[in-house]
Amino acid sequence: MKVLVTVKRVIDYNVKVRIKPDNSDVDLSNTKMAINPFCEIAVEEAIRLKEKAAVSEVVVVSVGDQTCQEQIRTALALGADRGILIETENPPASLAVAKLIKAVVEEEKPDLVILGKQSIDTDNNQTGQMLAALLDWPQGTFASELNIENNKATVTREVDGGLLTESLNLPAVITSDLRLNIPRYVSLPNIMKAKRKPIDSKTPESLGVEITSTNKMIKVESPAVRESGVKVESVDELVKKLKEEAKVLA
Amino acid sequence: MSILVIAEHNNQHLEAATLNTITAASMLGTDVHILIAGEQCDQVAEDAATIKGITKVLLAQGKNYAHRLAENTAPLIHSLADVYSHILAPATTFGKNFMPRVAALLDVDQISDIIAVENDNTFRRPIYAGNAIATVESSAVKKVITVRSTNFEAASKSDHSAPIETIDTAFDTGTSSFIELTKEESERPELTTADIVVSGGRGMGNGENFELLYKLADKLGAAVGASRAAVDAGYVPNDMQVGQTGKVVAPNLYIAVGISGAIQHLAGMKDSKIIVAINKDSDAPIFQVADYGLVADLFEILPELTEKV
Repeated sequence: MKVLVTVKRVIDYNVKVRIKPDNSDVDLSNTKMAINPFCEIAVEEAIRLKEKAAVSEVVVVSVGDQTCQEQIRTALALGADRGILIETENPPASLAVAKLIKAVVEEEKPDLVILGKQSIDTDNNQTGQMLAALLDWPQGTFASELNIENNKATVTREVDGGLLTESLNLPAVITSDLRLNIPRYVSLPNIMKAKRKPIDSKTPESLGVEITSTNKMIKVESPAVRESGVKVESVDELVKKLKEEAKVLA
Repeated sequence: MSILVIAEHNNQHLEAATLNTITAASMLGTDVHILIAGEQCDQVAEDAATIKGITKVLLAQGKNYAHRLAENTAPLIHSLADVYSHILAPATTFGKNFMPRVAALLDVDQISDIIAVENDNTFRRPIYAGNAIATVESSAVKKVITVRSTNFEAASKSDHSAPIETIDTAFDTGTSSFIELTKEESERPELTTADIVVSGGRGMGNGENFELLYKLADKLGAAVGASRAAVDAGYVPNDMQVGQTGKVVAPNLYIAVGISGAIQHLAGMKDSKIIVAINKDSDAPIFQVADYGLVADLFEILPELTEKV
């Protein structure tokens, strides 16, 4: 059984984003970039499946420019077997990414695709579901537990009302939530080993996918800033302020 | 063309976020229909028919829709899409699950988590955990949209009742099945609609200490939330998480206790009207967004606060 797992290069989650002075976009120049945290969890899950011998090969895919090789290398150092970079100038929108990954799925024929549930840059939370729709596969989104047995995936999903467990026929698409696992640290020997693992290059043209989007970002602005408030010295003062100044307590 | 809202419900009653989604839909047109897909949910359809702005209710019932599995719901919505210019659902885990599937079937990009409607095809939405607000223009023939409920008022009841139309097409792909939903039962208000929210973070130390928060919450009639750190540590269940990837709340009063204030947490609560922070670390970033900050040991403060509110 083969697993395909996707990784996206995004701003490091500890870094606060800057907005370009002309409000055309965010400014990512000289910004620390990293593997999207949800994608890292997806990679870890695929590797754990391999360690449990539920899976024989883990293939990692990224979409973007040459710099995304770094994030593929990170996934290879975590334990993925080989990488595929679909080269594009700018990161395409969710539907185009789903179409590109679908084309790779048709070549690689995995039994399972694991993606992060959302990327922390655009916060869209779309690609996994779109991929599942295009492939006409079942989906287990926001997964916090995944078990593979008898050609079925049992997936526990984090939903607003609690934890929802579903059974999916394979092949299926899974998107990872935060508590699916805690990714391991990458060891130096594994970083060295990852350098020798192969990364294939593909292009949207070679996959027969046209990069378009029906969404156009016309402006990016800073959110309204909250004015910083005051420090109070005691519970009495706090309660008084909440009642008399803010009027949020009766 | 008409607008379609996909109702979130539990086969017994509409979930609150549906009402906010209807308000967003009403900004896009006057002919707003609502789809109720479920099992034995006639009551939900009857309730939906009396919401202000709703002109027609579509009711699709069957075992295949009982748990609103995305594999069955998405093709149902796709099959109804012809007469609609916009399809909206709440940006909850319900809407986030199947709406991108609908968008892909329609070959359009979805507009996720909108916080404002500028016009028929232009919307505002948060990106980068709310640290930037993007204005997005959609050229899609059919716009598939999820709505952040805290940014739109809830639609009210009216005294008219819209007609209910039964949809007989039953999509059942058979590729997925529901096993169980585990849920912590609570008498407290729902987190996303509560007027007051009391949240605890890693500073609470353990799950038992959340009792201190529950006591305060019960005195205030508040809901109880948590930071990711508290959920990750196993103090409380996942459905209490407030933040970029958890629930987004905007109550009148948000009391953050023992929460440092990572940007991922702030993304889920910084639109609250009044924010109170209680933390013993005076440098905690939560104080930068708090209207009232109290630097103190929460274990001393919580009993006193519970007594005095």
